[in-house]
Amino acid sequence: MDHILELFSFGPGGWGDELAAATGLTIRLAAATVPLGLLLGLLVALARHSPHRAYRFFGNTFATVFRGLPELLTIFLVYYGGQIVLQRIASLFTESNVTISPFLTGIVALGLVFAGYASETFLGAFRNIPKGLFEGAYALGLGKWQTLYLVILPSFVRLALPGIANLWLVLLKDTSLVSIIALDEVMRQTFVAVGATKEPFTFYLAACLIYLTLSLISSLGITAIERWSERGMRGAR
Amino acid sequence: MIPDILVRYGPRMLEGFLVTLELVAISVSLGALLAALVTRARLSTQAWLRGLSFAYVYFFRGTPILAQTYLVYYGSGQFREALAAAGLWWFFRDAFLCCLLTFTLNTAAYQAEIYRGAVRAIPPGQWDAAHALGLRPHQTFLKVILPQAFILAFRPIGNEIILMIKSSAIAAVVTVFDLMGATRLAFSRSFDISVYFWAAILYLMLVETLRRVWDMLEKRFNRHGLAAHRGR
Repeated sequence: MDHILELFSFGPGGWGDELAAATGLTIRLAAATVPLGLLLGLLVALARHSPHRAYRFFGNTFATVFRGLPELLTIFLVYYGGQIVLQRIASLFTESNVTISPFLTGIVALGLVFAGYASETFLGAFRNIPKGLFEGAYALGLGKWQTLYLVILPSFVRLALPGIANLWLVLLKDTSLVSIIALDEVMRQTFVAVGATKEPFTFYLAACLIYLTLSLISSLGITAIERWSERGMRGAR
Repeated sequence: MIPDILVRYGPRMLEGFLVTLELVAISVSLGALLAALVTRARLSTQAWLRGLSFAYVYFFRGTPILAQTYLVYYGSGQFREALAAAGLWWFFRDAFLCCLLTFTLNTAAYQAEIYRGAVRAIPPGQWDAAHALGLRPHQTFLKVILPQAFILAFRPIGNEIILMIKSSAIAAVVTVFDLMGATRLAFSRSFDISVYFWAAILYLMLVETLRRVWDMLEKRFNRHGLAAHRGR
């Protein structure tokens, strides 16, 4: 037991501080991915909902591709592909080599995957907003933007929230894949700790417990947000 | 006609594709058997069985499959002597077998959750009705509950298989030459990004084929069912 405490202590001898910093990076990566994923997901959902065939085709293809590819493959495509594209652009101006940061790669790759799944959730939410809401708002004399902001948006958030919350939990776990391109998040830092201590089981179990704790805390937060989004609903819990 | 890069690395990538199929097919099938046991435990009247199976499902659904794979493949090294003494080291030394074990444990947790939901979605009145007709509990389960639960679980199971196909790519990280592994090797030798695009096409074809076959099968299973009117 003392041995375990020493391994996870904060300080030069233990890995507690390194793992805590890595946990911070994991959370930052996931949190930074969400805005991109939500925005892109909303655009893709709007494209898939559009009356124009070309938009629908683009939106559906995007969703099929990024929901169908292994996340790891998407990460490699963004990492190496992005590097090549940027290199081409940069070579017009300079001779030096371009590298993109693993953190940025993680945001873009995981954001694309998040957007693919989020577009599905948003599409479902669009379809489940009752028509009566528009008619009711019109009858009350609300303008177009008032209707959208005061009536439609709250229902849309309520309908989309469970799906998006689930995507957050998936995203937290998917951040572990960015360790493969050497971002020092939880998984990668654990790998380093294992190399130094030769105690793989102890450390990988600890990494699993870190992820479990993150998803447990998230679940509590999600329950609170869902309750908030359902305020004013009949029969709200 | 065929691009050079495919002439050189295509055969190896196709072999990798077969390894991916093998990994997914075996772990999903074994996972289904394990999931049946876990579901039984989740719905048990014994509190300790419920608690244990809940912890199992929670752990495997709450942690990244990459961490689970490392835990099994690298983690077993910490118990090397004990495992060797038990005559099990040959198993844990093999990356492919470790991936099979991890993926089976992982998918069993997700599948158990799907089966549990499906069994619980059948109205409890059917148990009473079957009892009134003189059916025994296990007959009721096999002939009344299971066929309906199967139809309810069918679509989510298809999604789970797709998720496993995608997750199986992480086997490449622990030196298995599945499609992803073969592609990484080809890239590290050629620095030609197009190998990743070819791999992407293969993965997408696999996932889309499965999705279409599943849609067709679902329609067929639902041909007399209540679920036929429920739409998708």
